[in-house]
Amino acid sequence: MPQTLIIGAGQAGLSAAAELRKRKYEGSITLLGDEPAAPYQRPPLSKAYLSGETPLDRLWLKPQAWYEKADVDVRTGVRVSALDRSASEVITADGDRLAYDHLVLATGGQARRIPIPGADLPGVFVLRNLAEADGFSDALQTAQRLVIIGAGYIGLEVAASARKRGVDVTVLEAADRPMARTASALLSGWFGAIHRGYGVDLRVSTPVSGIIGQTHATGVELADGEHVQADLVLVAAGLTPSTQLAEAAGLAVQDGILVDNQARTEDERIYAVGDVARFDLARYGRSVRLESVQNAIDQAKAAAASICGQPTVYDPIPWFWSDQYELKLQIAGLIEGADQMVRRGDPEEGKFALFHLKEGRLIACEAVNSGPEYMAAQRMIAQGVTPDPERLRDTGVAMRDFLS
Amino acid sequence: MAKITYIEHDGTEHVVDVETGITVMEGAIRNLVPGIDADCGGACACATCHVYVDDAFTEKTGERSSMEDSMLDFASDVRDNSRLSCQIKVSDALEGLIVRMPEQQG
Repeated sequence: MPQTLIIGAGQAGLSAAAELRKRKYEGSITLLGDEPAAPYQRPPLSKAYLSGETPLDRLWLKPQAWYEKADVDVRTGVRVSALDRSASEVITADGDRLAYDHLVLATGGQARRIPIPGADLPGVFVLRNLAEADGFSDALQTAQRLVIIGAGYIGLEVAASARKRGVDVTVLEAADRPMARTASALLSGWFGAIHRGYGVDLRVSTPVSGIIGQTHATGVELADGEHVQADLVLVAAGLTPSTQLAEAAGLAVQDGILVDNQARTEDERIYAVGDVARFDLARYGRSVRLESVQNAIDQAKAAAASICGQPTVYDPIPWFWSDQYELKLQIAGLIEGADQMVRRGDPEEGKFALFHLKEGRLIACEAVNSGPEYMAAQRMIAQGVTPDPERLRDTGVAMRDFLS
Repeated sequence: MAKITYIEHDGTEHVVDVETGITVMEGAIRNLVPGIDADCGGACACATCHVYVDDAFTEKTGERSSMEDSMLDFASDVRDNSRLSCQIKVSDALEGLIVRMPEQQG
C-alpha cells in the first residue's frame, strides 16, 4: 500500500490530506504536526480569536471524527528532525523512522524575529501559532500600552483587536506606509487613517533599534533615540519560511522551497505546499511565495492531484482577506506591475474598490466592504478582461456588465 | 440543539443535531456533511458555503446581510433562497431546518 507522509498539520497539510481522500487515494496518509493542537484555522488568531469573539472550539478545521472516517493518521506534537531521501524516510526528533512513497512538506513558517537588543525580554511576543496567540492574549489582559513593531496585516489586525479590548496601541513601521509589501499606496494611506481614527498611534518611517527593559519589556527605542513606553511588545515582522528540513536534505531553497506548477520539488516524490513553497506563477510571470489561506488550500490540492496521478496546473489568481474594525478588505490578484489604477466608490463612505490594470487588462483588485467588485474582479482577471476605465469608475454600471 | 437536514446535490440527506450559537456552515463541518467547503472559515470572504434554504424557513433564517448579498451575486446558480451558510446562526427556532446544496461551490 502506498504511503503519503505530510509534514505540517496546518491548513495546507490538512488540505492535502482531504484532497487525497476526495480523489480516492487508497494509500495511508499520515499528517505530522509539531504543535500540540489538531489542525486549526490560523487567520482568526489575530482577529476574532484575539478580540474574544471566536472561542477555541470554533477554530478546528475538522472535528476529531473526520480523521477517523477519512483514515488520516494525525499525529500532533511530533517534530521532524531530518529527511533521509535515499531511504525514503523521515526521521522524527524521537528517533522514529517513517517511510514514505510521497512526502508533502507543509511546514509553513515561524514569525520572524528581529535581531535587536532586548528582543528576548519577557513581555515581547510574536504571533503565528495558537500557543503564541494564547500567551499574547493573556498578556493583553493586564496590558495598558501595547507597542506593535510592524504594520503589516498581522500588526494592523492585532492593533484593531487590541483597541477593541481597550488597550492603548502604538504601531511602529520602518517603511513609509503600512501594508507596504502587498497593498497599493492609496489603500495603505486610507487604512492608516482609519487606524489613527480609532486611536492607534501609527508611526511610519520609524525603524526601531531595541527593546528596553531590565527584567521585562518597558518600552521600545527608536532609531532616532526616542523611547516609546510599553508594557507589552508584539513583533509583527513577517514570516520566516521553515525550509530547514528541505535545505538539509539538499532540495533547492530560495526564500521558500522551490516547486513546479504541480507543487513538486526537484525530487519527484517530494512536494512543498502553502506558505513554505516558492513557485513560478505563470499568470503573473514571476516567482512567488504566497502566505494565504487560498494558496494553502489550492496548492495542496494540486499536490494531491499530482500524487494521485491526475495532475493539474496550479496557476491561481491569489486571493486574500483581512478584517480590521468593521472593515472587510478583500484582495484578488497581485498588484505589482500595474500601470493604471481605477477607483470605484468613495473612500469617505468606507466602501470602495481599487482596480489595478496593466496594459488595459485587469490584474488585481483591492475591495473594502465591496463584495460585488471583489467577486467580479476575480472572474474578470480569470477572463483577461480589459474594462473601460470610465465605466469601471461609474458605480451606476453594474459589475456584472464587465464579465464576458 | 436544532435538528438540521442537509441535502447534497445528488439527493443524499444528512440529518444532524447542531448546537445553537454556531453557524449552519459549522454544523455541516462538525458533522462531516460534505458539499460545503467554507475555505475562509466563515469570514464571509469566499462564497464557498452556499446553500438553498427550504421555503418554510426563509423567514426564520432572516435576511442576507449586504456583504453576503454581494458575495452571492457572483456565486453559481444563485436563487431567491440562496444563503451563505456561514452567515446563518443556529437557534432553537431553526429546529427542522432543511438546506440544499448547489452542484458546485464558488
